[in-house]
Amino acid sequence: MSKVLDERLNYLGRNLLSGCLLGIGFVAFVDEAVFHQLLHWHHFYDKSTPDIGLVSDGIFHAFSWFSTVAGLFLVPDLRRRNAWWPKRWFGGFLLGGGGFNLYDGTVQHKIMRIHQIRYNVEIAPYDWVWNILAVLILVVGFIIIFRTSRESKTMDGTV
Amino acid sequence: MEHHHVHQANELSNELLLALPFVLAVLIYLLLGLVSNQRHKRWPIYRYMYWVSGVFSAAAALIGPVADLAHENFTAHMIGHLFLGMLAPLLLAHAAPMTLLMRTLSVGHARKLSRILKSFPVSIFCHPLVASILNIGGLWVLYTTDLYAAMHQYNLLHTIIHLHVFLAGYLYTISIIYIDPLPHRYSFIFRAIVLILSLAAHGILSKYIYAYPPAGVPIEQAQVGGMIMYYGGDMIEIILIFLFCRQWYKAARPRTSVSLSH
Repeated sequence: MSKVLDERLNYLGRNLLSGCLLGIGFVAFVDEAVFHQLLHWHHFYDKSTPDIGLVSDGIFHAFSWFSTVAGLFLVPDLRRRNAWWPKRWFGGFLLGGGGFNLYDGTVQHKIMRIHQIRYNVEIAPYDWVWNILAVLILVVGFIIIFRTSRESKTMDGTV
Repeated sequence: MEHHHVHQANELSNELLLALPFVLAVLIYLLLGLVSNQRHKRWPIYRYMYWVSGVFSAAAALIGPVADLAHENFTAHMIGHLFLGMLAPLLLAHAAPMTLLMRTLSVGHARKLSRILKSFPVSIFCHPLVASILNIGGLWVLYTTDLYAAMHQYNLLHTIIHLHVFLAGYLYTISIIYIDPLPHRYSFIFRAIVLILSLAAHGILSKYIYAYPPAGVPIEQAQVGGMIMYYGGDMIEIILIFLFCRQWYKAARPRTSVSLSH
């Protein structure tokens, strides 16, 4: 058992990275599937988008596509190294997902005006729900990561 | 009416002429496979299947109904380009044509070929960054200048552009995922960054086309075409990303477990 714990300690960063990448990919996927395709709330393109908005959207879209696959491949990689730590991984997942959601809800929707959450409605409540939810996910992620970091330190001390 | 008829007959012979390179490509590959089987172990069937389907998807963009429609319709043009510039290169790269050629040639000729592949001009074209700029940069030039309109006026230009789209797509594919031997190999992290940036440039261009149609393209067609480029591109890109990550997963196998299994 102690050997398994050892391996986890060697891959603290990779657990975080894998969860974080998949979190970003998951949120981007839900955004595309639910808000663009199912609800049709988001628009493919909004006339008020400046060029920098298109660039940011393009980079995040490509990155989220890549990070979904890369994050998934890192899980079996951690497992074959006996280094997967689901709790820490999930902390990373929330960090990535919440962080991307907050970026999307503030910078991309409000500052760059890529598109709004929904059209022809009073937008403020939507924005508040979206961003408060993002902050909550982010905070929970931070707490989990902080706790696993502390656990890893005590494990390190006892080993 | 008679004029129309003559026109059609001309088109038919044109189509046959256009089909010739594709037929030759399949025949030559088959021949290389059969010849090299004499001296080596059997060239796998799945490689032939990759090659034939790759040649078909390139041909689909240049001859037949989609190609005909593409002259007037931007949406059809974009579907053709997905086949020619993304799907065909991915399939053809998996047929490992260079490996096949190498094992068919005599040792002396194979050495000469490998020297050419290692030469400066070839290795510069296979650099991920150069290949990406040729590929996605070429598309930016095509759709944001008057080149797209000019392409429909001059037959020669039309041929050159389509050849470029295909060749640049192929170079791009083989510079990101390694199947055939390459003169110089770059790290996974470097290729990952180039891959993400080039996919981003592709996505940005699709939305740019949606917003600002190329000269002579009606806005409705540009919108549908842009979305096909965006989402159709996504479909092929995720395959490319998956193959790339799988190569990393195999290469990054922990050494201890390798020594244990021996």
